[in-house]
Amino acid sequence: MTILPKIALMGLIVITAGCTNPDRFTAGANDAAQAGVNDPTSPLFFNQTIGDRVLFAVDTSTLTDEGKAILDGQVGWLQSNADYLAIIEGHADEQGTREYNISLGFRRSNAVREYLVSKGVPATRLRATSYGKERPIQVCSQESCYASNRRAVTVISLASLS
Amino acid sequence: MKRFLIALVVLMLAGPVVAQSGPLRLTITDGVIEPLPFAVPSFEPENAEAAQVAADITRLVALDLSGTGLFREIPASAFISAHSSFAQTVAYPDWRAINAQAMISGAVTVSGNQLIVKFRLYDVFSGTEMGGGLQFAGTVDGWRRMAHKVADAAYRRITGEGGYFDSRIVFVSESGPKDNRQKRLAIMDFDGANMQFLTDSSALVLAPRFSPTGDRVLYTSFASGSPRINVLDVTSVGTRQLQTADGEMAFSPRFSRDGTQVIYSLANGGNTDIYRGDIASGASTRLTSAPSIETAPSLSPDGSQIVFESDRSGTQQMYIMSANGGDARRISFGDGRYATPVWSPRGDLIAFTKQNAGRFHIGVMRTDGSEERLLTSSFLDEGPTWSPNGRVIMFMRETQGAGGTSSLYSVDVSGRNLKPVPLPNGASDPSWGPLQP
Repeated sequence: MTILPKIALMGLIVITAGCTNPDRFTAGANDAAQAGVNDPTSPLFFNQTIGDRVLFAVDTSTLTDEGKAILDGQVGWLQSNADYLAIIEGHADEQGTREYNISLGFRRSNAVREYLVSKGVPATRLRATSYGKERPIQVCSQESCYASNRRAVTVISLASLS
Repeated sequence: MKRFLIALVVLMLAGPVVAQSGPLRLTITDGVIEPLPFAVPSFEPENAEAAQVAADITRLVALDLSGTGLFREIPASAFISAHSSFAQTVAYPDWRAINAQAMISGAVTVSGNQLIVKFRLYDVFSGTEMGGGLQFAGTVDGWRRMAHKVADAAYRRITGEGGYFDSRIVFVSESGPKDNRQKRLAIMDFDGANMQFLTDSSALVLAPRFSPTGDRVLYTSFASGSPRINVLDVTSVGTRQLQTADGEMAFSPRFSRDGTQVIYSLANGGNTDIYRGDIASGASTRLTSAPSIETAPSLSPDGSQIVFESDRSGTQQMYIMSANGGDARRISFGDGRYATPVWSPRGDLIAFTKQNAGRFHIGVMRTDGSEERLLTSSFLDEGPTWSPNGRVIMFMRETQGAGGTSSLYSVDVSGRNLKPVPLPNGASDPSWGPLQP
């Protein structure tokens, strides 16, 4: 690995972070997201315009009406862009123990997965996982940050779901 | 010598537990607050090469014992006798005069990288030696272990309980800000010395757990994008992914007491249950089947029962079931949530993380849920692990806010002697290994 690809990768992260503020830990998974944000078939469009994430109340995995509206948009996008797969990453805020938060994040990602499947997205195109409280995007120890960290992010991918 | 030791212990048990008038014995109870005064004259270097290491070992023996909070070192400046020779007769009146109840004497020989440490323990007020002389052989590089072994022997003889100084801890070494934290498995001596990394930071790793003999470590790795259980050989640092039951995520592993099986959590379709698997064959058995979250299992010392956490009641609480699964009885009923239960090596207590009213605590309770005691309180205390003798609990503490960092702390099961483990980086998820052979 030379330095050049590293710089290219860093550039990608900076660009995507600047445009859409996605989960920085999944920026690398959106390597396919090079098409413009104005291209409705691009993952970047999915992230920014459709909305790649839904938020949850404390210690729940129940989808809110606002969350369902975003997921309805995700369903439409996934149905018209059938080449893409999605990994749904569940997350928790730091108010909880490590193992429990992994399970809670998984409940959240599965709630999203089940909703997408119920609306017609083939289950084979979706995989749910969890990072528990390990990957916060906001770092303060207040509800304003916790609210953004309690999330399930749908990460669009061309890669295999193995 | 062994027979003599047993005879001595029996004698001490029969006698009164007052150190000043009977044989020296420190009975560790919640009531022990006044540390027992002891003296450690500099260990005698038996050749010139041993001078530095003899001094280092002496200091570390004293530090180990005084670090427990149960013993207090009398400084050398107060000594009346020098006791500069290991072989010389003990001048008991001189040690009584400065109120040293125990006196530890030692000698050190170095030849090449070979190190030999001899030690004797004296009960000053009875005017007798406690147990026989002991000799430990090791390497100069491993001098800290020799000091820990001497301190363990002194601790064992004075308290009648096993020691914990010559033991190691696996943990997660952390660096970087909260939103880009790098985590690596690492290993250290019980006091934070000799830290070494076991993995690189390429994948997120969590919650390492020592095997009962300290030869292997189970941990959770996100290398595949989802949590999976890996087993690492401590000597070769080789790792392999453990074959578990079919599911999307496997985590929260612990070894069985014989080291051949693993109990762990498996998540499938949003539900998390507890399983037991055979490490060699990968064959697994499901132990819980509720639709709630069942995780953080820990076996009793005799291997017959499992304590775990579940939110089947609506919030996280602790339950005990047979090691083969089946009905579980709830043991936690106080305010708040109870998580990460760990069965003590003595079998009498469960250590846990408690979350209540915006604070986290490390606590202990009896296995029937009675006598709950909270030992700590902070913004985030989590993940207790027991010392091999069941006297000390280590855990992680994370500070709040954008600059929050985590570090390891230890506390006596009595709630006293709370102190940080000195480490160069952030640290979390400690797992205390056995006394080394």
